[in-house]
Amino acid sequence: MTSSSYQDALHPAGPYANTIVGVWWFYLIVCTIVFVAVWIALFIAIRRARRRVEPDTLAPRAPRAMMLALAATTGLLLAMLVSSIAGARALSPQGKAVTREIQVTGHQWWWDIQYLDERSDHIAQTANELHVPVGERVRIILASSDVIHSFWVPNLHGKRDLIPGQKSIFVIQADKAGLYRAQCAEFCGLQHAKMAFIVIAEPKHDFEQWLATMRASAAQPKTADEQRGQQVFLSTSCGMCHAIKGTSAGSRVGPDLTHVGSRRTLGAAVIPNNRGNLSGWIADAGGVKPGVLMPPNPLDPDDLHALVAYLESLK
Amino acid sequence: MIDLELHVQLAETWRKPRGLWGWLTDNHHTTIGMNFIVTSFVFFLLGGIEAILMRTQLARPENHFVTNDFYNQLFTTHGSTMMFLFAVPMIEGLGIYIVPLMLGTRQMSFPRLNQFSYFSYLIGGLLLYAGFFLNFGPDAGWFSYVPLSGPEFAPGKRIDIWAQMITFTEIGSLGGAVSMIATIFKHRAPGMSLNRMPLFVWGELVTSFMIVFAMPAVMVASSMLASDRLIATQFFNKAEGGDVLLWQHLFWFFGHPEVYIIFIPGTTMMSTLVSAFTKRPVFGYVGMVLSLVATAFVGFGVWVHHMFATGLPELGLSFFTASSVLITIPTAFQVFSWIITIFHGKFIVRTPMLYVLGFLFIFVMGGLSGVMLASTPLDWQLHDTFFVVAHLHYVLIGGMLFPLIGALTYWFPKFTGKMMNETLGRWTFAFFFVGFNLTFFPMHNLGLHGMPRRVYTYLPTMGWNNLNMLSTVGAYVLGVGVLLFMANAVISLRSGAIAGDNPWGSFSLEWFTSSPPPPYNFLYLPTTRDRYEIWTMADDQPLVTGFRPDRREVLITKLMDAFPDHKIETPRPTIWPTLLAGATGIGVITAIFTPWGVPLGMLLAGIALTGWFWPKPPHHELLEEQP
Repeated sequence: MTSSSYQDALHPAGPYANTIVGVWWFYLIVCTIVFVAVWIALFIAIRRARRRVEPDTLAPRAPRAMMLALAATTGLLLAMLVSSIAGARALSPQGKAVTREIQVTGHQWWWDIQYLDERSDHIAQTANELHVPVGERVRIILASSDVIHSFWVPNLHGKRDLIPGQKSIFVIQADKAGLYRAQCAEFCGLQHAKMAFIVIAEPKHDFEQWLATMRASAAQPKTADEQRGQQVFLSTSCGMCHAIKGTSAGSRVGPDLTHVGSRRTLGAAVIPNNRGNLSGWIADAGGVKPGVLMPPNPLDPDDLHALVAYLESLK
Repeated sequence: MIDLELHVQLAETWRKPRGLWGWLTDNHHTTIGMNFIVTSFVFFLLGGIEAILMRTQLARPENHFVTNDFYNQLFTTHGSTMMFLFAVPMIEGLGIYIVPLMLGTRQMSFPRLNQFSYFSYLIGGLLLYAGFFLNFGPDAGWFSYVPLSGPEFAPGKRIDIWAQMITFTEIGSLGGAVSMIATIFKHRAPGMSLNRMPLFVWGELVTSFMIVFAMPAVMVASSMLASDRLIATQFFNKAEGGDVLLWQHLFWFFGHPEVYIIFIPGTTMMSTLVSAFTKRPVFGYVGMVLSLVATAFVGFGVWVHHMFATGLPELGLSFFTASSVLITIPTAFQVFSWIITIFHGKFIVRTPMLYVLGFLFIFVMGGLSGVMLASTPLDWQLHDTFFVVAHLHYVLIGGMLFPLIGALTYWFPKFTGKMMNETLGRWTFAFFFVGFNLTFFPMHNLGLHGMPRRVYTYLPTMGWNNLNMLSTVGAYVLGVGVLLFMANAVISLRSGAIAGDNPWGSFSLEWFTSSPPPPYNFLYLPTTRDRYEIWTMADDQPLVTGFRPDRREVLITKLMDAFPDHKIETPRPTIWPTLLAGATGIGVITAIFTPWGVPLGMLLAGIALTGWFWPKPPHHELLEEQP
């Protein structure tokens, strides 16, 4: 999978996107035939008309041609309608057994992701990175905390809106392991363009391992740097918005940072997660993503360095 | 032979006041129609400049040409301008100018209402651009979904400006539509029964009815939004028992018919041009009329296809898939009719005919991508991506702008008495056609490859760079086409060939008078005996006489068969409708800042209406005739 096809409706990586692509090719072929047929008819008409000095005065013999064309149109439309409804049936989430439920909540401009579990201490929370086991159906429960967003992983399925005040159900399945990119598809304000997330489809074993890590509390700081970083985190404004499980920081305004060090991207899949980007993001997130709700944090360079070391240790 | 004395008297009676005062007071349909056409063309240029700025920003990934905040204002203003300030006013204006001439009458019904409509629309447009240039242009999209546009997530006055702009332009559209319907029903030349009306008149009639039924939905929606924002009603707040999706239903119950409001006159311009340049009546007149009516009806039953991704029940979605597919059939009928007409006719290659071919290429493609979007599975992938941007421009530019430019070229001699330059016209078409396809065709691919719409930038690793660059180049080519069209209009106005009454040898009654028409339109009102009035006139076709040349009298005929009924006197130029529009404007704009704007506006409007309806002394001889 090349980087240019990891957010692409024409490269399905699961059964649902596959169904849609099937309908797409059928429609494309029929529509191409219709377009070409219309233009052939038009060419024939123009050729005849160009040879004439005066327009035909006879009554047109066309009613038969019209009837034929309308019948063909209606027939093709019916065929497309049938294929569309059959496709929609195959995609319906109703009556599909799933192995897991994940709640995705849209925020301006990031995604909160919770792996639901009957045991409340088994709920794992992360952000902007959705892991799914390959070959299994997963139910996505969609909600929004502010405005309307839309959940769209083109390689896996179509869109479903996240509407404040209501929950919608969506079922996805990835059959090929890999990394897929997803992006908000309903205009949601200043940073609609940079509200993305990544989907990582991995073998069941890897997935379970990852989920177990996510359930756990945050790692304790080990080095002096990391300890100082934790102090900085807890004593400055960070904790007013962010949560780190196992510490006193528990706010749900911004993304959960319990395992932020293990994530591949920052800023809702906008930049890769590395030391330089993380420092820049903390110091001035708005420089990377103008309009972002996270304020700039003018920290002392040593404090910033320690904070970054701490966050990176949260694997 | 022109009766010189009658001409002098009528010209004095129907004399158009000149200058600024004339512009403010004149209510003749040619003046109001031209005001609409010129104003909406100016807004078209502004909308076009916004489009060019957006394409420049998207030419390269992570571009810093404009900020995200300004980009959001750009696409909101672009969409709102093109739909509310260009497309609808343009088709209304063209109708207001052309339809009375096609009907063989001297003036529209309710000319003062028309005048009021124009100035309401103008104030609404100026309000939007005042906000835009002061950097508080609306930024929630032309669809302004709640809650993003609601009081919580859009503080400030940006969205209020948008909502009130909607109120103004809808008042304008409704007024224009009512006066259009009355004119078409009651002002037709004797002999022009309903089943003989030119197809363009049918198009304006059907569209006006659609406006009457569709616009109230968006006025209700925008008023609810304004009151949510201004006086804390909670129509759209789920937490207080309101509903978020209510906005979408109301908006699209207007928004989809809106597309057909724009498109139906486009198809009837097509029918006009096809007949004029094949010298043959369009095949299947009754079928063509029924197609328009069917499109209008079904057009009110497809709105949910804008909401396939909101999680509505699936059975309901299939219904809207089916209705969206069904609406293809009447339009297919029209396309087949035009091809059959060409087949039996001549094929005179003049600039307007090139736009007919352009329509058949672009619109047919847009219609087919519309069938794709009607399918729920495909829509779930394609919705809110650049594929939809491509589709909507293929249907709207293909279905409305191409016929419109063709029709403006065709009617330019009627407006001005001069022909447009043919060579320049062909070059214009070439730039339009190539530029359009270069801009919008790649967007289909962008959408399929995952690019969502309404994004101010994208990452360089997404693989969208080349197609975006191509699209931007196309936008500039299209822009050159628009400049060429304007240059042609200016050059032709100054030094174009003199047109004469009927330069195209065309068929309908607007060509039965001089170009440009005299202020009284027709020296003697014409009568007709069949469709394609001029082509079918008898050698001794009678003319209507018996009007007093010293009064603005028009003939009123019966609804169905256009049998002469009575004559009425229509109003002379007056300032009151303009003042009423100003009063409404003060009220509505003040209401953005304080609820007291509403009573203030009502008070001022009351004064203006009192002036408008102040009783006029009856004519002396009428008094004498009274028993």
